[in-house]
Amino acid sequence: MNAVIDTIFSLNTLASAVRLAVPIALASVGGTFSERSGIINIGLEGMILSGAFAGALGTFITGNPWLGLIFAMFAGGVLAAIFAVFTIDLKANHVVAGVGVNILASGATAWLMQVIWNRRGTSPGVKGLPEWGIPFIKDIPLVGPLLGKQSPLVYIMLAVVISSWILLFKTPLGLRIRMTGEHPEAADTLGINIRKIKYFSVITSGVLSGMGGAYLSLGHLNRFSSGMSAGRGYMALAANIFGQWNPLGGLGASFLFSYTDALQMRLQSLNLGIANEIIQMFPYIITVVVIAGAVIRSRPPEALGEHYDFKK
Amino acid sequence: MKNKVLNKIKNMSCWTDLIYSLFAIVVAFIIGAILIKISGYSVKTAYTTLFNGAFGNTYNFTQTLVKTIPLIFTGLAVAIGFQSGLLNIGAEGQLYWGAFATTIIILIFPGLPALILIPIGIIAGALAGGAWAAVPGYLKAKTGAHEVVTTIMFNYIATLGTTFLIKNYFKAAGPVDQTAKIPEKARLPELMANTGLSWAIFVGIATVIVISYLLNRTSLGYDIKAVGENASAAEYGGINSKRITVITMAISGAVAGLAGSMIVMGVLHRFITNFSPGYGFTGIAVAVMGKNRPWGVLLAALLFGALEAGGMSMQLFAKIPKDLMTVVQGLVILFVAAPSLYNIITGSKDTKEVEV
Amino acid sequence: MDAVKMKNITKKFGEVVANDKVDLSVKKGEIHSILGENGAGKSTLMKILFGLYTRDNGEIYINEKKVDINSPSTAINLGIGMIHQHFMLVNRLSVTENIIAGQEPIVNNIFINKKAARKDVKDLAERYNFKINPKAKIEDLSVGEQQRVEILKALYRDAEILILDEPTAVLTPQEVEEFFEVLNTLKEAGKTIIFITHKLEETMEISDNITILRDGKKIADLKTEETDSNELARMMVGHEIDFSVDKKEMQSGKDVLGLEGINAYNERSFLNLKNINFKVGEGEILGVAGVEGNGQLELEEIIMGLMNFESGKIYFKDKDISHYSTSKRRQLGIAHIPSDRLKRGMIKGFNLGENIILGSEWQKPFAENGILNKDRIFKYSDKIIKDFDIRTTGSRSSASDLSGGNQQKLVLGRELSREPELLVVAQPTRGVDVGAREFIHDLLLEMRSEGKAILLISSELDEITKLSDRILVLYEGKIVANDKADKFTREELGLLMAGHEGEDIDEKQSTK
Repeated sequence: MNAVIDTIFSLNTLASAVRLAVPIALASVGGTFSERSGIINIGLEGMILSGAFAGALGTFITGNPWLGLIFAMFAGGVLAAIFAVFTIDLKANHVVAGVGVNILASGATAWLMQVIWNRRGTSPGVKGLPEWGIPFIKDIPLVGPLLGKQSPLVYIMLAVVISSWILLFKTPLGLRIRMTGEHPEAADTLGINIRKIKYFSVITSGVLSGMGGAYLSLGHLNRFSSGMSAGRGYMALAANIFGQWNPLGGLGASFLFSYTDALQMRLQSLNLGIANEIIQMFPYIITVVVIAGAVIRSRPPEALGEHYDFKK
Repeated sequence: MKNKVLNKIKNMSCWTDLIYSLFAIVVAFIIGAILIKISGYSVKTAYTTLFNGAFGNTYNFTQTLVKTIPLIFTGLAVAIGFQSGLLNIGAEGQLYWGAFATTIIILIFPGLPALILIPIGIIAGALAGGAWAAVPGYLKAKTGAHEVVTTIMFNYIATLGTTFLIKNYFKAAGPVDQTAKIPEKARLPELMANTGLSWAIFVGIATVIVISYLLNRTSLGYDIKAVGENASAAEYGGINSKRITVITMAISGAVAGLAGSMIVMGVLHRFITNFSPGYGFTGIAVAVMGKNRPWGVLLAALLFGALEAGGMSMQLFAKIPKDLMTVVQGLVILFVAAPSLYNIITGSKDTKEVEV
Repeated sequence: MDAVKMKNITKKFGEVVANDKVDLSVKKGEIHSILGENGAGKSTLMKILFGLYTRDNGEIYINEKKVDINSPSTAINLGIGMIHQHFMLVNRLSVTENIIAGQEPIVNNIFINKKAARKDVKDLAERYNFKINPKAKIEDLSVGEQQRVEILKALYRDAEILILDEPTAVLTPQEVEEFFEVLNTLKEAGKTIIFITHKLEETMEISDNITILRDGKKIADLKTEETDSNELARMMVGHEIDFSVDKKEMQSGKDVLGLEGINAYNERSFLNLKNINFKVGEGEILGVAGVEGNGQLELEEIIMGLMNFESGKIYFKDKDISHYSTSKRRQLGIAHIPSDRLKRGMIKGFNLGENIILGSEWQKPFAENGILNKDRIFKYSDKIIKDFDIRTTGSRSSASDLSGGNQQKLVLGRELSREPELLVVAQPTRGVDVGAREFIHDLLLEMRSEGKAILLISSELDEITKLSDRILVLYEGKIVANDKADKFTREELGLLMAGHEGEDIDEKQSTK
């Protein structure tokens, strides 16, 4: 029992949680952008997965994980662009299209793994992103291990969350995105180009999710493993809702999920006598509890999920 | 004059739906062909082995049917949900519990005669799947929790849960995490020896008939569709939309549970952990392609069953990874999900707009 | 000089010709009214001018220069601003954000300069005598205030030509007077104003020139001082209208509907219904007057069981139905013509037959033991289509093909054929053309003479005064008056609808 309590409150678990929050938080902010402009994005899962794959592939080809990161962002963006065409111009049902994108990504990554490396299940190992130790901070007692020495993507995540918040709430682009998601006709009558805004928001969600995927293959495992997104895209969706379509809230919610994830991993290694499968269930159960409790008071953008007639 | 012609086309909406679905398949296959070409294989070899693998000879055709059967059920399950505006992405988890319940109840009562054992097995599967779906349905009705997220989470919980139970309580001797085989009398009779094709296909067709009747000829079906089309108007008419949500999810889950039962009683004859290659997710593609209509789902299931069987053949003989068929599947969903040119002209809708 | 000239404008939506070779000339600095019935093509024409729709044919000249208006930004750049009937305002954002979006003042090249924005909005408002709080959220404002935000949006973009679409639809008679003062201020500032409406008296009062549209065609151009309401009415409709009404004297019978001490809170609209008490008897039409948004929707939905309430009781013929389900209430004999017929009253994706049995799909003769009898359903539906003169290709055609008036007839046909004893009727003739309106009014009066009890909720004062035996006025969720119809003058009703007490009329007017 003591071991359990220790684990719950250990700095190691928290540090782990901070790391594991990266894919969820980045995808969640991506989801925020997309949904704030009115497009429901279920395809975050597929965008994370393609980012993870492209990250490994890019690193494999160039030998440089930073270039791999660029590959990952690009892949996520391209998948999102496809999704955008279908939902914005072809008026596809957002959720069905999102599911289609996820299936597409799952098939494409497995297929490409065969075609390129002739392997099933995992790719060859690749060089991962180095850890960054921030000179002064890493020596501070509590904060040190948490924030002082982490994968660079952790710092990028924090920067993304903050700048996204600023962009959404303090800049003209952010105001226009929000208006598009609440009342596209009002934005249209003010001469705002809603089509461009929606495309921007959706592609951003793909780029950010791809970045999150890169963390999985370049910051966590140093290889691509099939299906490695493991539901994080859906958790990101829930995090966005729980965070009330606000990047800061999404970060907090993502941390909640990643914390249970970190916890379950450590508890498994404790050999507690509770089966691993039961422990592994925690993050998923938490997501359900959160979403059942949070939605009662949530206020999504008013025009979320609607299609807009661009030319009459 | 033009008006009359348009009206006629409108009234033959099932034909235009069919044509558009076919169009979507063709486009997806063209893109597939491009991908095959890029990866250095021969498109001709690929697609001929695909076709032969699915329809080339009797044995292959039976394999197509074997792969079709679970998809009929999961496709119907998702379609039922869609008709009421619900997105049941949890067919995968529901079929696991269905398979599990069927297996366990048969193993617990091995002494009962076949006439009782088989129906009990089927009913147990339906009840288990129905219950597993009813919970997200209830959460949606009570709290508004979006069923996409909850059913997906429930999928993970289901696979983990069944694995846990099998490993710890129902494991048969040996290295594989699976149960013992169910007795012969509890298995569905084979239609053709050593093919795995059983009476399950008739159960599938019967289910299509029942669901079609339910949706189109009953008052409950009316309520289900009304809530899907316009929940506010349904309430105005006195329909309790929350109740309908739970009932619809339960029916949907029950049908998905049957998918699991059929796999156990017709093919595997036991529960093997993680046995499903994603039938629940493919069911979504099947439902969308079938335009949520039971008979359309049957046809679409056949298509995807053929892709599965043919895909395995393609992998075996042409060395093309069958994951390519998953890619095609994803493309098909995307193309079918977007309203077609026909729809834009005639102003009709296929899958309903759903709010978060 | 002509500020706006539209020549030979044609616009089709599929088979429907919304504008058929329409010509329009508006002089600079005048107030020009475009008059016509619902569906005449007025909104379409103006949306073309504002770039929301593209014309199929024809030319547009602004200040005598030929232009091509393909989008609202083009129109805005040309100095055209449009105030829509359904406000283009984002509820959750502030007044300032709504006004500046798309033309935000910037600081440091990245951020919105919130301070400058608020100041700009404040200055602009003061210039035209508008009282507005730049920081307020739209959802917290009254309808009149929201309208002023819409006008400020156009002025912020230096609009010289202002298009107003049915601007007085949501205002009380007194707010209309204030609104006209605003228009005059704008006119004095040199703005050109185009005003879309179907209201004759307002047109006569405020405009300089009138253009009449009917069925997509331009019928006439008139100088306001050279015409009168009767001529306008005749041209709008195409035939003489009989404004008189044939209402029999009815002895009101037993009470059918009773509300006692109803208190409710609607968290969506933040509206409180306070202490609602009234009764409706057999053979009586009780009219609920008031500007929309003062509790009418809440009242309508509470009576039908679609919304909860905190305290009080609802009685139907001595039975306490406060906790009955909607289904049960309908079965008792209560019919509901909802204010939002597209949202509540019909299912667009269903065919007419299916719509006509909405609410009765479990009952005989349409179903037995839960199995539908399609023959009986369509037979019944065919009869209703005939009896209520619903223009359609048949019971099996989709409800989405029906026009507004026919949709309303569908709802009426369904509800009235159930032979209800109580009708809850809300906004029965909204969006319905004059012919159908007469038909509906006659139907209601017929129901009345058959002894039915009718609760009529309407924001059209004329409709209330024409049909009601008793009138109730709703203001901010409270009943501020309840008396026999002939005890009120139209002016008194207007004041009550705006929240003034009847006796203080003279006092209020002198302190202005």
